[in-house]
Amino acid sequence: MIFFLLPFLIIIVYAFSSRSPTGGVEFTFTLNNFITLFSDPVYLSIFWRSIWMGVVTTVLCALIGYPLALFIVLQPVRWRSILIFLILIPFWTNFLVRIYAWMTILGNNGIVNSTIGFFGFEPVTMLGTQGAVLLGLVYGELPFMVLPIYASIDRFDFRLLEAANDLGASRWQRFVRVMLPLTAPGIAAGSVLVFIPTAGNYIVPALLGGGKVALIGNFLEQQFGSAQNQPLGSAAALLVMLVLTAGVVFYFRVTDEGER
Amino acid sequence: MAEETLTRAAPTAPAAARDTPRRGFGEGALLVNAIFCYLFLYVPILILIVFSFSNSSLAGVWGGFTFDWYVKLFQNTRLMTAMGNSLYVATASMIVATVIGTLVALGMERFRFRGRQAFDVQLYMPVVIPDIVMAVMLLLFFSNAFQLLNALLGSSFRLSLTTVIMAHITFNIAFVAVVVRSSLKGFDWRLEEAAQDLGANEFNTFRHVTFPLILPGIIGGALMAFTLSLDDYVISYFTNGPGASTLPIEVFSRIVAASAPTINAVSTVIFLASLLLVSVSQLLQRRR
Amino acid sequence: MEGLPPVSDGIAIELRDVVKRFGEVTAVDNVSMQIRDGEFFSMLGPSGCGKTSTLRMIAGFEFPTSGELLIHGREMGQVPPYKRPVNTVFQSYALFPHMSVERNVAFGLEMKQVPKAEIAPRVAEALEMVRLGSFGERYPRQMSGGQQQRVALARALVNRPEVLLLDEPLGALDQKLRKEMQAELKRLQSLLGITFIFVTHDQEEALTMSDRIAIMNQGKVLQIGSPTEIYERPNCRFVADFIGESNFIDGTVRHVEGNYATIETVEGIKLRGIAPRPVSTGAAATLSLRPEKIRLTPPRENGLNGQASSFPVRVEQIDYIGSDTRIVVRVNDKRTVDVWEQNTLSTLDRDAYWQPGEEAVLSYLPNNGLILTE
Repeated sequence: MIFFLLPFLIIIVYAFSSRSPTGGVEFTFTLNNFITLFSDPVYLSIFWRSIWMGVVTTVLCALIGYPLALFIVLQPVRWRSILIFLILIPFWTNFLVRIYAWMTILGNNGIVNSTIGFFGFEPVTMLGTQGAVLLGLVYGELPFMVLPIYASIDRFDFRLLEAANDLGASRWQRFVRVMLPLTAPGIAAGSVLVFIPTAGNYIVPALLGGGKVALIGNFLEQQFGSAQNQPLGSAAALLVMLVLTAGVVFYFRVTDEGER
Repeated sequence: MAEETLTRAAPTAPAAARDTPRRGFGEGALLVNAIFCYLFLYVPILILIVFSFSNSSLAGVWGGFTFDWYVKLFQNTRLMTAMGNSLYVATASMIVATVIGTLVALGMERFRFRGRQAFDVQLYMPVVIPDIVMAVMLLLFFSNAFQLLNALLGSSFRLSLTTVIMAHITFNIAFVAVVVRSSLKGFDWRLEEAAQDLGANEFNTFRHVTFPLILPGIIGGALMAFTLSLDDYVISYFTNGPGASTLPIEVFSRIVAASAPTINAVSTVIFLASLLLVSVSQLLQRRR
Repeated sequence: MEGLPPVSDGIAIELRDVVKRFGEVTAVDNVSMQIRDGEFFSMLGPSGCGKTSTLRMIAGFEFPTSGELLIHGREMGQVPPYKRPVNTVFQSYALFPHMSVERNVAFGLEMKQVPKAEIAPRVAEALEMVRLGSFGERYPRQMSGGQQQRVALARALVNRPEVLLLDEPLGALDQKLRKEMQAELKRLQSLLGITFIFVTHDQEEALTMSDRIAIMNQGKVLQIGSPTEIYERPNCRFVADFIGESNFIDGTVRHVEGNYATIETVEGIKLRGIAPRPVSTGAAATLSLRPEKIRLTPPRENGLNGQASSFPVRVEQIDYIGSDTRIVVRVNDKRTVDVWEQNTLSTLDRDAYWQPGEEAVLSYLPNNGLILTE
């Protein structure tokens, strides 16, 4: 516990301190770091991009993940465990390796470009674009969305759909009015599990974004690394934590209700 | 964290509900989406494996079949040292985190104490905050603590493989506690009463009843800790010292430098190791 | 524990002013009782009445907040469960899922370090006793609820406890299996002669199986007695209401004569009954009248003999329920009384039977009516 609480206190202290000219820290109380974060358009755009990319990734994962989870639940039990196993493998596989795989596909000398080059087309630059980063994020986080949704659909009592049918609900109404609300806790849990690591992701923007599509993770790395501005970085880290603590509380609420 | 949702996925729908025919979801569209998803998840990995046998230094070009990269990989002392470091860090942090995490989980399930909810949130934080935030926090902590200790004691603590292990223990405790707790959720505490009723004292109750029953959860947590530790790049990068590279750090620097296609071979090895781990964990869960 | 001769005087369990509080809630409120050796003793009451907490204190899972708890004369205060000469059959059986049936049953003997050579025959004997001789290798999840129940019994009885505690052990079984297990429990109890303490919320179960019953409500013991006493002579309105069904008619005591008293209702009807506890003239009291102890007769016919209390009523509703017919009769616009008549061949002739709207006279014998003050 010491290993979490103490670092937490230190980061709070740093967040309200200022950077010395040599790159060290001067422990004087100041709000400047926060003012800088909220006023510098570059920083603001990084924050907004992180949140926006997080939201888009989450929505895409849910849109692909829900039907996938449903498909798995509908299969015979034997198949179901194999299909879930196939979702678990990427879940347990090294993230770095999985993202690297996309570099070999999307790179300038990658599979896609060497394939279209074979047919005489000009190579297309794909690494370093927002699209590539988004693709990597969805690829990386999809299993985190599928598993909780699968769990909630698995618990769903399909007889309720027959009851709704009996009461005259159309196919669409049955889904939207009965199944979706009852499996929403799974979507919510999956969304938190996807959104948080996405917003703070470092590896995907660094590798697939080629440093051109920075997210908060890259910003933090920069402040603690090359820029040597630990107080500014601490302030940003503190902000991220505050926002995400709200997320944790939300997650607890949702899963608690899901259990009841 | 998804492990938790997973273990909760134990079949809960009543048996009758399972027999209910489930049709009318647009099976065709679902099937297409599912095929797309599995291709999406697996094609990149398969490409990676295939090209690890390609006799070409360009990642995306097939240059004939070869085992050369694997030979080079196992001859490369830097990579082999990094792999050794990774296994060492993963094993050490797994053992410590499993013991502490299990005790924390047992304590939290058994005792209701004041401020438990705050403790809960605090415990879950490492699971929930992005690894980069965790990394910078630990970096600041280590550098400040070492500054203070070195000034007071004249010692010379610095970032090293040991700090990496400590960092990994920190986040792994949380994950182990989460996994073990979720397995305790289904634990029937009356079994402990039954054991005591039959003459088992506290120690024997734990040894013969509680421990064997939560063992799958503990092993699940330990495997998770091991995998997370092997998987981690960001936290290791911030807390390691000179000459204390782990495998992900080494791989990352090679990827960025676009230096050697041995990465394909390393990646394949890592992938196979993950496959082994997940298979073991699934087999253990099934035995339950 | 061993070595000391039990100082018991035939009392297996004694509770003296036992109180159990959980925070602000008083689960068991000043309970005193004695349970005799070899007795089948039931604790009966609605959920939350304190019966399970009492049982758990006897087992040692909870310790009394105050008061004394003795097992065969030995004070048990803070003695942990594993040092008590009692064993429990749990509501959900609590069989160890990772052990075979044999290992489950052997567990208690192993913990008490009974010699290995002795364990196997005792386990076999216990399984034989609950008719599961060939099931030793199975695991609990491979067995039906009734079989698991028997394993739980064998697992407890193999230890030869001085007292066996049963916490609603039949609650999860279906009606038919319940009846079977009730007979089984009675058989085992008379076979072994062990004291059984049985917690249930099912009155029929308690009435058919017990030597004595303690009725509990809100942490207190209201009455302890044989099934007949509890049913025929409940000492308060709660017991009369909880066990079986009863009509309650409020009034004021007008006349007391030995054990008998007469109350007068607001309508001026005078009703005589037996008072299990002393009552005094002028006090508010209730007449409790079981529906099957009432006679309904046509107005000019003599119902019961001259001793009987009677008053005129009008038949309102008639429900045929197989063995009985249940008749609701109206006394006036504020009061109805339920009457049960056993069906005979003649009463099945519906044309000759009571019809709604008919006038009748309701009568009962005073020793079937109870005057209760609380």
